[in-house]
Amino acid sequence: MKQRIEWRPADTLPERREVLRLQGIPAGVDPSRRVLSIVESAEAVYLEIAEPRALVADISMEAFAAVYRGEGRNAPVTPIEAVVLRADALALFAATVGARVTDRIRTLFAENEPALAVMVDAVASAAADCLTHLIADRRAALADDAAGRGRLTLGYSPGYCGWHVSGQRALFACLQPEAIGVTLNASCLMDPLKSVSGVLAAGPADIHRFAPGYEFCADCRTKTCIGRVQRWPIPASAG
Amino acid sequence: MSILSDIAASLQRGEDEEVASLVRQALDDGQDAVAILHGGLIAGMGVVGEQFREREIFLPDVLLAARAMYAGLALLKPLLAKDGVPTAGTVVIGSVRGDLHDIGKNLVGIMLAGAGFDVVDLGSDVAPERFVDAACDRGASVIGLSALLTTTMPVMKDVVELVRARGLQDRIKVIVGGAAVSDAWARQIGADAYGYDAASAVERVRALARTPA
Repeated sequence: MKQRIEWRPADTLPERREVLRLQGIPAGVDPSRRVLSIVESAEAVYLEIAEPRALVADISMEAFAAVYRGEGRNAPVTPIEAVVLRADALALFAATVGARVTDRIRTLFAENEPALAVMVDAVASAAADCLTHLIADRRAALADDAAGRGRLTLGYSPGYCGWHVSGQRALFACLQPEAIGVTLNASCLMDPLKSVSGVLAAGPADIHRFAPGYEFCADCRTKTCIGRVQRWPIPASAG
Repeated sequence: MSILSDIAASLQRGEDEEVASLVRQALDDGQDAVAILHGGLIAGMGVVGEQFREREIFLPDVLLAARAMYAGLALLKPLLAKDGVPTAGTVVIGSVRGDLHDIGKNLVGIMLAGAGFDVVDLGSDVAPERFVDAACDRGASVIGLSALLTTTMPVMKDVVELVRARGLQDRIKVIVGGAAVSDAWARQIGADAYGYDAASAVERVRALARTPA
């Protein structure tokens, strides 16, 4: 089943703390009044011009195996294989906050407004990541997969965790997110830039726990694998 | 406090209109454009850079200061060009062919300008020949390459090899950076330097620009 989802920009505005983190401002540090003013302006820009939307499609384990194999350039061993093998349900997804945000960022740079441009970029990046969680939460709610029952749906994307970025090609061929205006160039770069794609894996929360000790983890700058599972800790009541 | 100190202080506070006003006043007072550039703008950005390295301020503060710097630089550039004043060096930057990400590259360009470099920004999706041709045309001593995808990183090697093929490796140095890039990758392709982030890239470029040809 393929589903198109659209949101109001306000429903996808990321947490301010995450935006500040992307600007290098650590948790526990209060930004100055003038930095807060830029954040507020960036949020206003996002709310004015973002067009968040997504396309989601269920996929069988077999079909996903072919998508994941892609052009055969994945790392020999990845955590994604183990996650997917233990998942109850899989779905391909692609989501975007729209092209107008990227266009506005470029315009702001051209107008000598680098602080606001970079802040809008941070808001848009955090929002795009947020869309993955919103899709996962919506699907979990539909499947009655409450976190209180110890279940969790998380997304994994080509370009991370050993899944080669060229995997985008097989994913796009299968999902066809051109339907929501997201395309892929020859270098596997999505357009609009502030877009995300990947696979959602639903199952017991424990399937998403893995230590970042793979060969490719050394070069990873995000290491969201740890924080994402910590955000949804397995409750004591989990069955 | 001298007017140059006032310019530097206003720049650090990100007050672009005040910086422009003070630069105009300094010029009207007969101050030399080079002195205003170095004693006011670059001095101010130097303090900002130090505070950023010490994590006393953060990226948004640096960018507000950069905006103020550009406001002052816009008034000085015609005078500096007229007098043929040399800069810290000329750097050609861009995102390599196939890559459209440009935020990191833009940050590097801003910080290089703040450090007194003349920056030639070729934008994104830039072919190897354009980098090298631009460096030759503009007398650049450094080419800065940005790539955020493993699929676009290989183009960096093409640029390094083109510099060598044209016998320019002593005159033009290549620095690489971007989310997908690492120090190991830089060494593997024969690049001269790797910049982990914008701040470290500026330090590496400073060192490269000082390297005798």
